Amino acid sequence: MCLSVPAKILNIEGSNAKATVGGSIINVSLQLVENIEIGDYVLVHTGFALEKIDAKTARETLAMLTSMVEENPEDMIRFIEI
Amino acid sequence: MLKYLDEYRDKDLAQNLVAQINYASKKSIRIMEVCGGHTMAIRKYGIQNLLPPTIKLLSGPGCPVCVTSRSFIDKAIAYSAMPDIIITTYGDLMRVPGTSSSLLKEKARGADVRIVVSTLDAVKIAKENPEKTVIFLGIGFETTTPPTAIAVLEASKIKLKNFLILSAHKLMPPAMAALIDEGTLIDAYIGPGHVSTIAGSKIYKPLVNQYDISVVISGFEPVDILQSIWMLVKQIESGIPSVEIQYSRAVSQEGNLKAQNLVNDVFEPCTAFWRGLGAIPKSGLKLKPEYNSFEAESLLPLEIAEKPEPKGCLCGQILKGQKIPTDCKLFGKTCTPEKPVGACMVSDEGTCAAYFKYNDY
Ligand code: SF4
Repeated sequence: MCLSVPAKILNIEGSNAKATVGGSIINVSLQLVENIEIGDYVLVHTGFALEKIDAKTARETLAMLTSMVEENPEDMIRFIEI
Repeated sequence: MLKYLDEYRDKDLAQNLVAQINYASKKSIRIMEVCGGHTMAIRKYGIQNLLPPTIKLLSGPGCPVCVTSRSFIDKAIAYSAMPDIIITTYGDLMRVPGTSSSLLKEKARGADVRIVVSTLDAVKIAKENPEKTVIFLGIGFETTTPPTAIAVLEASKIKLKNFLILSAHKLMPPAMAALIDEGTLIDAYIGPGHVSTIAGSKIYKPLVNQYDISVVISGFEPVDILQSIWMLVKQIESGIPSVEIQYSRAVSQEGNLKAQNLVNDVFEPCTAFWRGLGAIPKSGLKLKPEYNSFEAESLLPLEIAEKPEPKGCLCGQILKGQKIPTDCKLFGKTCTPEKPVGACMVSDEGTCAAYFKYNDY
């Protein structure tokens, strides 16, 4: 029940939107969020968009993780040797 | 975006994180997740098996269905037996055992119990059935409360007279504090992702200050969880506990203010009864006096006391992180997801169900 899914907004009519999740189209209420545009990804929970998902932050987190791992190959090697 | 989701499941990235955790972790620590979504992901991806022996993962009271008290189900069942009542609920609640029945069994016997996916569907049912009284069972944490608040405001706006809420809505931080007060040994919490999307990371600050506990709010993909564990290990090794956000693509410090304001307009804190944890002051939400006409319990009063768990069921201790499902003699024998004895076996997010499904024992 607590599961929320990221969905892409397809169109908006007042405070209601249609969004795609894994190929199917769902109705989403936008009453809990502000400034949502077509093409945005939102986190949908029990039919309500809870928040916009920030693709830029998602990208940054992954870039940070990748570079962190590249920066510390020593640590990795040490661990693998243990 | 979905491309990024795939990357959050990237094997190499996960392996690298596991190596970093192994390298950084020196002290023995106990980390509890308090979100059923995390419990499920941790079991599904076998995350405990990737971690060094210094790190023990515990599951907490994070499944809204599991912490819902038996008396709440008993009340819903009692209402469903009254004439001209329609019970509306999220599907997960249907199979949760009350003292002697479940909503599903009552529905099979003819009670009008309907599953809704959104609170607004419940309002719609009330609009379409003016001769009946529609009761929506409001359960869940900070994430599910704003949709209930919207339903109440909508019902109030269109002056619906036949729409009521039976509220078991709960707040997460008081339960997190209650567990520590009770003596469950916890060094760190993996903070719930979607609760925090709404409430913001700020709600855990008092916990950190009072109990010197570390909190990292995590997303739900394997890389998210591993990165959160890595952040927690680093916090604990450095000796400076704080609240950090790993799930920054969906969580901010302030959270969703619009949703918070809606909840504050409609609800006020009250003592709530948690399965396993008992009564915790200020851990629940009830409708404010001005919305009393939507409150099922004041309009249709019921006297139903909390009953003990079924014999042998350890749900209470499991929800407190003091026992694991395999400690329960009924686990996998008389108690399975098809025939659950206790609440922790009902929802996919329940600890017993997650252990059973992913065979991680
Ligand atoms: S296995 Fe079943 S009976 Fe045992 S604690 Fe879990 S839910 Fe309760």
